Amino acid sequence: MMDEDDPMAEIRASFFVECEELLEALQDGLQIMDDGEADDETINVVFRAVHSIKGGAGAFGLEDLVRFAHQFESVLDGVRSGTIEADRNAISVFFQSGDILGDLVRAARDDDIADESRIQGVMSSLTSMLGADAQEYEAEEDVSDFQPMGLSLDLGLDIASNDAPALPDLPDPGAPPAPASTVVFEDGYTIHFLPDSSLYASGNEPLHLLRLLREMGNLDVNCDTSALPSLSELDEEKSYLSWTIHLTTDEDEDAVRDVFDFVADLCTLTITGPGKPGPELPPNDAPSSPSTINDGVPPDASSKPPQNSDPASEATVAQKSGGVPDAKTAPSPVTPAAPSKKPAPSASKSNKPRPTVRVDLERIDRLVNLVGELVINQAMISQSVTEAGLQTNSAVSEGLDEFMQLTRDIQDSVMMIRAQPVKSLFQRMSRIVREASSMVGKSVRLKTEGDATEIDKTVIERLADPLTHMIRNAVDHGIESPQDRLAAGKPEEGIVTLSAGHRSGRVIVEVVDDGAGINRERVLQIAIEKGLVAENAELTDSEIDNLLFMPGFSTASEVSDLSGRGVGMDVVKSAILSLGGRVTIQSNPGSGTIFTISLPLTLAVLDGMVINVANQTLVVPLSTITETLTLMGPDIRALGPQTNVIKVRDSFVPLLDLGFELGFRAPLDSYVGSIALLIAQEDGDHAALIVDSIQDQRQVVIKGLQDTFGQVPGVAAATILGDGKIALILDPVDVVANADGRTQPVQSNLQLAG
Amino acid sequence: MSETQNQIDATEIELLTFQVGGQEYAIDIMSVREIRGWSKATPLPHAPNFVRGVINLRGTVLTIVDLADRLGMGRTDTKERNVIIVVHTGIETVGLLVDAVSDILAVNKSELQSPPEMAADNEQAFVSALMIAGERMVRILALSAALPSENTEAA
Repeated sequence: MMDEDDPMAEIRASFFVECEELLEALQDGLQIMDDGEADDETINVVFRAVHSIKGGAGAFGLEDLVRFAHQFESVLDGVRSGTIEADRNAISVFFQSGDILGDLVRAARDDDIADESRIQGVMSSLTSMLGADAQEYEAEEDVSDFQPMGLSLDLGLDIASNDAPALPDLPDPGAPPAPASTVVFEDGYTIHFLPDSSLYASGNEPLHLLRLLREMGNLDVNCDTSALPSLSELDEEKSYLSWTIHLTTDEDEDAVRDVFDFVADLCTLTITGPGKPGPELPPNDAPSSPSTINDGVPPDASSKPPQNSDPASEATVAQKSGGVPDAKTAPSPVTPAAPSKKPAPSASKSNKPRPTVRVDLERIDRLVNLVGELVINQAMISQSVTEAGLQTNSAVSEGLDEFMQLTRDIQDSVMMIRAQPVKSLFQRMSRIVREASSMVGKSVRLKTEGDATEIDKTVIERLADPLTHMIRNAVDHGIESPQDRLAAGKPEEGIVTLSAGHRSGRVIVEVVDDGAGINRERVLQIAIEKGLVAENAELTDSEIDNLLFMPGFSTASEVSDLSGRGVGMDVVKSAILSLGGRVTIQSNPGSGTIFTISLPLTLAVLDGMVINVANQTLVVPLSTITETLTLMGPDIRALGPQTNVIKVRDSFVPLLDLGFELGFRAPLDSYVGSIALLIAQEDGDHAALIVDSIQDQRQVVIKGLQDTFGQVPGVAAATILGDGKIALILDPVDVVANADGRTQPVQSNLQLAG
Repeated sequence: MSETQNQIDATEIELLTFQVGGQEYAIDIMSVREIRGWSKATPLPHAPNFVRGVINLRGTVLTIVDLADRLGMGRTDTKERNVIIVVHTGIETVGLLVDAVSDILAVNKSELQSPPEMAADNEQAFVSALMIAGERMVRILALSAALPSENTEAA
């Protein structure tokens, strides 16, 4: 938790959160450029992201970050103006620059040190791209670019009574403001420019804009200082000044608007073209002094108009709509009536994100826990009601039904709060691909699909490590060398596809490479050499593929920079298992390998069927059960001395005695009349689990086991029942995989880890 | 004993002593979170014998280790008077099923003796030190060795 008493720390923290968003936008933009679908707006978005990071970094004195962002920005500006061509090589440098920018942001956030040599490398690539233009950009570099913006405001105040204006472009701020609404110029543009506080917070400076305008023609600037409070009331984070600018120029209106392009959504802007009457200004834009506002309106704390206290956020209507930012002490009757002026129409509104709220994760976790308690409590009440033997149509039961419905709705909504698109995770992976491929000298491209798929935030976080490893593996082992690819008639560039999607209540993440597939002969040979399987073992193709997940297994014939870290696919497997997920492998010789990860949507709740086995209450995830059956004598067929299968419609399904498999009791003598759950496995095969009885179906709150105990085979987690007892949540697929005897149909001759 | 508790310095530790299988053991009181009565545990499949299962400790899942079984003294025949000592090792929280809690001792570290070398004795690995308290011999439990994690988490 950050120190909430320190406003600076808070602003800093919000800057870093913003940076993450900007970096994401940057990545997106670069990706679009890389796909060759970029338009001017894309490049603008990319430029703006870098520019905003630079601005914020300047305000916090993060010099390394500013220096690098500036160089990057200069190159992007070159692209924008057409002097630098954004070809494949350039975009690759941009991607690296984006990575470095991210590194620098994180280094600044964590007080860490970024990798200097890498920065220098990319920095020099950027510089060389600037080429002849470098001189020009260097010259443009102006220290004032990086000054915190409060400074010029202070100056404006100080010089109000002095005669040495520090801002030569501006009229003396102390002078009476020009009556903006009455001055109508017939021969030029009239620009009314009212910056939001957010404009300053993002590191922009009106002075630069005015300078740019001056380059376009004759400029007449009037600064409206009427909103300035007295020095003691001055909040240096707020915006008090607005400008009315008259510009006579040959440029067209778009060119004038372009000047404000990067601040369009950070200010209120009206531009009126030549010959048109002046803008319809809100009433409070008329000249007014603080004293007139205060007249007759006693400062009344209770009638404060809503005021956004966060200067970095989108400004409130009150700030946007007029020149009375100090509404706190002077609730102007005009303010609420003033129309909320939106940024100029030319400003890009199309990809504006939907309004969101940033919430501390801890608060959501608390909410999730509370909802969990609510669900448990509701289960307790249901149980008590049932035990009380009330009639099903009693008022209590009906009320309880509604209560259950509400609980479920609340739970769904709360879970949705935690869900996040996997996009940010996938973006990180594209960096892994870039770095890994350059390290092993292969040309590999990452394609992502379904990156809008939403998963619980905790799942996303814990998926990052295993996914990183799998992607590295795909690049290092999966994709062949360029020569081999060409020889095999494939394009030189390998493709790793990362996709996500929902399938029957679970999330499926796939890592697909178009490499050579698994060399099964070599895998088997290595496994035999390492003593992982017997020399004369006869393994099926899929069993050989699964050897990759065994601890201590490595296919890399030589230790490259990437492999040989002592981390194998077994670690990937156990990481995914600990998430309640599963990973399977599928390889097609010559055309690639597919790793499929199947994950629960959330780590917090699941729909379960409550069953009894050997006097134990257990929960089986509903998503794994396809149907329940009562076993009839003729359905059960023996297969060998200890194995039974049952006939389900036209297929035979292995039959497992759950109580025995879990070690709770000896196998039953007869299965006739028993209840069985038909379990669907990841690969589509079925198995039947014999249980003693089925209680009901309900939603249960998942409580992790791994914190107090290692992996328990066949058990995914635990939950708390209505009576306060713990019930284990089964992982039926794992139970089947770990089945050790009596009714398992095909005895696998290798025992896989996990 | 209670008089000495007010002036504990770095060389003094406080120990919670308890009965397991008729023997007296002790652990550093700093690792004890709470002491509660026995309640029936939900068994875990395929767990080692000394893991009695899990119980609900105010919403979290707590693993219960039958300490007597773990120390090779046979499974505890649980009665209502049995006690669970909830210990935290810094990594995990585990409940130890013991016969009864007896005392809190403040002892100087110099009073602790190394256990005698008896390699064949399984029990010895779980005892980090010995101490004489009056006529009694108190065995200081090597907590991390007695907990299940090292043996099960490898899987």
